Amino acid sequence: MTLTRLCLAYLRLRVGTTLLNVSLVALGVAIVSSILLVGSQLRDRAEREIRGVDLVVGAKGSPLQLILSAVFQLDIPFGNVRLAEVAFLRTHPLVASAIPLAMGDNAGGFRIVGTEPQFLHERGISIAAGRAWQAPMEAVLGSEVAGATGLRPGASFVGSHGLVGGFAHAEHPYIVVGIANPTGTAADRLILTSLESVWRVHAPRSTGSSTGSHEHEDGEITALLIRYRTPLAAVQLPRLVNARPMLIAAVPAVEAARLLSIVGFGLESLRLLGSALLVLAALSVLVALTNALSDRRADLALMRVLGATRGLLIRALLLEALLLTAAGLVLGFLLAHLSLELLTRLLPEARATGLSGFTVAPDEIMLAPAVLLLAIGAAAIPAVRLYRSNLVETLARG
Amino acid sequence: MPPPSVLLRAGSVVSGMDVSPVVLVEGLRLSVASRVLLDLDRWEVHPAERVVVLGPSGSGKTTFLHVLAGLRSADAGRVVVDGEELGRLAEARRDVLRGRRIGFVHQTLHLVAALSVLDNLRLAAFVVGKRVADEHLLGLLTSVGLRERARARTFELSHGEAQRVAIARALVNDPCLVLADEPTSALDDRNARQILDLLLATTATQGAALVVATHDMRLLPAFDRRLQLGRE
Repeated sequence: MTLTRLCLAYLRLRVGTTLLNVSLVALGVAIVSSILLVGSQLRDRAEREIRGVDLVVGAKGSPLQLILSAVFQLDIPFGNVRLAEVAFLRTHPLVASAIPLAMGDNAGGFRIVGTEPQFLHERGISIAAGRAWQAPMEAVLGSEVAGATGLRPGASFVGSHGLVGGFAHAEHPYIVVGIANPTGTAADRLILTSLESVWRVHAPRSTGSSTGSHEHEDGEITALLIRYRTPLAAVQLPRLVNARPMLIAAVPAVEAARLLSIVGFGLESLRLLGSALLVLAALSVLVALTNALSDRRADLALMRVLGATRGLLIRALLLEALLLTAAGLVLGFLLAHLSLELLTRLLPEARATGLSGFTVAPDEIMLAPAVLLLAIGAAAIPAVRLYRSNLVETLARG
Repeated sequence: MPPPSVLLRAGSVVSGMDVSPVVLVEGLRLSVASRVLLDLDRWEVHPAERVVVLGPSGSGKTTFLHVLAGLRSADAGRVVVDGEELGRLAEARRDVLRGRRIGFVHQTLHLVAALSVLDNLRLAAFVVGKRVADEHLLGLLTSVGLRERARARTFELSHGEAQRVAIARALVNDPCLVLADEPTSALDDRNARQILDLLLATTATQGAALVVATHDMRLLPAFDRRLQLGRE
């Protein structure tokens, strides 16, 4: 016989109430845990994605949409600009690097992005197998793309028009020349190729085979990722870009903060809901323990007669609350992590966010002691009642 | 100023051939609602002795057993059990002494419904921090004829069976004193006789003193001595 065994016997005796309390705790923990998990990963993801990109230049429109489409690879870009229009930025003394991105097609739901080999260096992408692209229609697959499609260097594929689905550009097949190492960023889900590849695929049929400088001058890009040479650029460059009628400059750090504040409001609301559920669960544990005290008045008195001290009975009560809560805590954590992982595996939209259930948010670790403290708080009131009650009189009453 | 505590261990010789009592009550006074319930100048129970406490309902039999078990205190006087004066012990120590040295068979059984028969016996050892081998517990169940019911839940037992389990549980920690409060009140003649025989036999085997509070005159011949409370 142990205290745990005694408590488990009592919990089994009232299996319905026990399951209800465990479910309430689990639900509250699952909601709060999911929020912490998603919030922390979104923040990490945002920080990773914008690292090394100080400014994004694109066609006039929403700066947030520009960042979402060009940096996070989530939203649809709203237009293109001619490369010639942003040429002044590529040679500007305040710019350390300016990398163009051209989008418009996908292969199996993965975006095909035309860019320059310097993109690999700027985004910290290394090649795991094969090499970087050198000629048009050569492609490097992000690690997730390679994993999902099974394509290896030497294999070929065709892109489809648009960023999801669309008609196939069967006359312009790509050849895989390299596979990238995982980076934990949106780049893992990209198919990288040269700008010329994208331009060639989308060139009018009559000029489809055109090459050389003409293609460069007329070619369109979706965005230009800029890294500043000096902090002074942060003051001058956005103003310079926004002064042009066709261009807009978006600062990733600002837009990401704006995005997180928008998403954060929703997350905060859900966190409040989860916290309210946890308080409700604590109240339910309190009611269950108070009822248990009434139901077990005779048992508790008997244990006193058998020699149990008040301290032992109070420890048993607290342990019962902790067992209930710990079970809910474990179930809640499992529910949160497994459902997030399942969601990201089943829904392409969720997969694109790069969220994972197989990780632990730093704040989640604090959730366990907080919930257990809540349980002890809930058990405190019945424990005080137990301490003050005259159990011997209860026994005398029979 | 309270009288000095007298530490007398059961079995120790006080003077000449005297054996120190398991229970020593001196100057005990207890009133409830201005009515004097207990008034005993001196009362003793010796090892292996069988004493019956008689009296009509409301005469204070149960209260007297509770005082002997340290479950409640009297207005005056002292109670010494197994050499320990109960009034001088802190509550927690008194609880442990009761659990380890006194077995209690209660009027209304009070088995723990959440536990099996065997776990009810284990509980008696656990609450006082003792480790008792299952063989000992199964031996006790054998002695009350319920070994085969060891795994049964207590709500599956008849009243008589539950009373036997309560007797077995009272003996788990090898007490020097067993207190039984109306153990046969709800039983017919045959079952009452069986339970009484069982109490007498099991306490005799363990050398424990037995104090039974009852108003059941059928039990009277089985005891060495009697204490009358209230009018006869």
